[in-house]
Amino acid sequence: MSGGACAVRCRGLVKRYPGVLAVDGLDLEVRAGECFGLLGPNGAGKTTTVEILEGLLDPTAGDVEVLGMRWSSDERALRERIGVSLQQTHLPDRLTVEEILVLFRSLFATGRAPEEVMRAVSLEEKRRAHYEKLSGGQKQRLAVACALVGDPELLFLDEPTTGLDPQSRLQLWDVVQEFRRTGRGVLLTTHYMEEAERLCDRVGVVDHGKLIALGTPRELIASLGGEEVIEVALEGVAGPLDESAATALLHLEGVRAVRLTPDGFALAVEPVHVALPALIDHVRVAGMRLGRLMTRHATLEDVFVSLTGRGLRD
Amino acid sequence: MTRSVAPRSALVELTLARFRLFVREPSALFWTFGFPVVLAIALGVAFRNRPPEPMRVAVEPGPYAQRTLSELDSAQVRAHVADAPTARQELRLGKVVLIVTPGPPRTYTLDETRPEGRAARLLVDDRLQRAEGRVDPTPVAEEHVTDVGARYIDFLIPGLIGMTLMSSSMWGIGYAIVELRTKKLVKRMLATPMRRSDFLLSFVIMRAVFVLVEVPVLVGFGCLAFGLRVPESPLTVIAIALVGALAFAGLGLLVASRAQNTQTVGGLMNVVMMPMFIGSGVFFSTANFPDALQPALHALPLTALNDGLRAAINEGAGMRACMPLLISLVLWTVLSFAAALRLFRWR
Repeated sequence: MSGGACAVRCRGLVKRYPGVLAVDGLDLEVRAGECFGLLGPNGAGKTTTVEILEGLLDPTAGDVEVLGMRWSSDERALRERIGVSLQQTHLPDRLTVEEILVLFRSLFATGRAPEEVMRAVSLEEKRRAHYEKLSGGQKQRLAVACALVGDPELLFLDEPTTGLDPQSRLQLWDVVQEFRRTGRGVLLTTHYMEEAERLCDRVGVVDHGKLIALGTPRELIASLGGEEVIEVALEGVAGPLDESAATALLHLEGVRAVRLTPDGFALAVEPVHVALPALIDHVRVAGMRLGRLMTRHATLEDVFVSLTGRGLRD
Repeated sequence: MTRSVAPRSALVELTLARFRLFVREPSALFWTFGFPVVLAIALGVAFRNRPPEPMRVAVEPGPYAQRTLSELDSAQVRAHVADAPTARQELRLGKVVLIVTPGPPRTYTLDETRPEGRAARLLVDDRLQRAEGRVDPTPVAEEHVTDVGARYIDFLIPGLIGMTLMSSSMWGIGYAIVELRTKKLVKRMLATPMRRSDFLLSFVIMRAVFVLVEVPVLVGFGCLAFGLRVPESPLTVIAIALVGALAFAGLGLLVASRAQNTQTVGGLMNVVMMPMFIGSGVFFSTANFPDALQPALHALPLTALNDGLRAAINEGAGMRACMPLLISLVLWTVLSFAAALRLFRWR
C-alpha cells in the first residue's frame, strides 16, 4: 500500500429501490490505514452503502473503487484482500467455533491460522462449542473472526456491536483496535456515538442517504461551537419554550447554541464556568424554576441532533 | 502475523460442513433411514401375504335360508342370516360383499364396482348350482403359487427407496439452500473469494455419498426382513439410485433457486413431489391410471427411478436393460441443473 492512497473511494453513489431512495448521491473517501465510521440512524442508508462498497449490491449509479480496484473487473482479487462482517449473519447452529473458522479460512487462498484468530477474539475456550450455544457477544466476535481469518487489508464491519451488552462491546472494540495496530484500515457503521468516538479516526454522518457532515470526532464536536453541554429541565412550564426565550438564551455569555427539549433546553457552551453563572442569573430574573441541571461533554449525538433536529434513535 | 497456505481445499471443507450439519440433525437422519424402514414394516404388515380371507355373505330369511346357509358356509365363504334392511346396511358398510335372497328365482344383490362382490357372486352361484345338482362337463384342478418378486412387498420396497431418494435429495438441497439464504449465509459466503461452483458442488457430493450408504442399507433391510431378491447387479441398483438422486438434487436446486423463505420452498417442493408420490408408482402401479396419462407419467423422474430400481432388484436387470431409464434420469439431471444455475439468486 502506498502512503496516502485511498482504501475506498466512491463518487455519486445512488441506490434506488422501488419507492425508496436508499442512497442519494454519496461521495466518500476512506484513507489507507484509517478507521472510518459511517454514523447515522436506522434506515439512513448505511448498510446499503457498505454493501455496495463490499461488492454485494450493485449501485443504481455511481463509481466505486476499493484498494484501487473495481468490483466489475477484479472481484476475486478484491475478495482475497477484504474482510467482511455483515449486519446480521446467522452462522450454522451446529458447527463449532473451530470448524467455522477452519471453513472460512479454506475459502481464502492465503490467510491467518484459525488458531491465532481464535486467540485474537478470545474464543479459544469455546473452540468446541456449537455456534447456537454462544452468547450474543461471542457470536459477534466469531463473525468478526470470520472476517479476520483471510488476513484482510481492509475490514468492513456493519454495526458490529448493535444489541450487545457493554462488556461485550468493550471486548469487540479491543479486537478492532488490535487489528488496527497492524496499520490496516477499517470501515464500520454504527449508530452508537460512543463507538464512533472511541474507534474512528474520521466519521461521516449519514442521513436520508446523504453525507451531511464529515470530519474527526473532535472536529465535528467543535463544530457545535462548544464542547460542553448544559441540560436544563424546568418546573412548572407547560410544553417547550418559544423562540424568543431561545433567542434570549443564545445571547447569554458563553452560550454557542440552543436546542429546546420537551421540558426545557440544552445549551452548547464554551467555557462552562462563564456560561453557567450567566444561565443561573437569567433563570432567576426570568422567573423560571429549575427542575434539573446537568453539565456534560458534548458528543457526536449532539452533533447529529444539531444537524438534523432529531435524535439518532428517534 | 503468520500467513499460511490453506490446509484443505474449500470444496473439501464445505462438503465436510454439510456432513457435520446433517449428522448433527437427528430428524434428518430419521427421515433418511428410519422413516423408509418404519413405512416398509407398517405396509409390509398391512399387506402381508396370507390365506385369502373368507368372503362375507348375508342370506335373507325365508324357507330356503337354512339350506342355503349350510351349502355356503366353508373356508372360503362365511354366511349368516340377516333381514333385508340389516343386510343392506351391512352391504353399504362393507361388512358383507353380497346379499343372497333365496328363490326361486334367486336374487344376488351386490355393488358391481367392487371386485370382491363380483368374485363372491361367481363363487356363491357356482357352489349353490352344484349343490342343487349342476354337473360340470370338464373336471378342474387348481395349483397355487407365490413368486418372490411378484408380491406386494417386492413392489413396495423399491418404490419406497425411490421416494426416499426423491424427498431427501429435494429437502436436503432445496430446503438447506433456502435456509442458508434466509440466514444471510449465502451472502456472507459470497463476501469471501469462495467459488460458487464449490458451494453448489458440496451439496451434490454430500447427496451422492449418502446414496452410497442409504441404498445398500435399505435394500439390505428389504432382503433380510422381507426376503426380497438379492439384486444380481448391485452396481446397476447403485447407478440408477445415484443418477436418480442427482436428478432430484437438480430439481431441489431449481426449486430453491429464487425462493426467499423456507415456506415458499416447502410449498414449491410439495407441488413438485406430490404428483410423483401418487403417479410414479410408489404405493400402487402406474398402470392404474388411464392410458392417456401414461406417456406423461413415464416421463416423470420418479417413475423412471422406481421402474429402474424394480427392474434391477426384482428382475435382476443389468445396466444394458436399464439404459433407457438411466438416460431419462441423466436428461432430468442436466436440464434441471442448467435451469437452476441460470435462475439461481446468489445475492
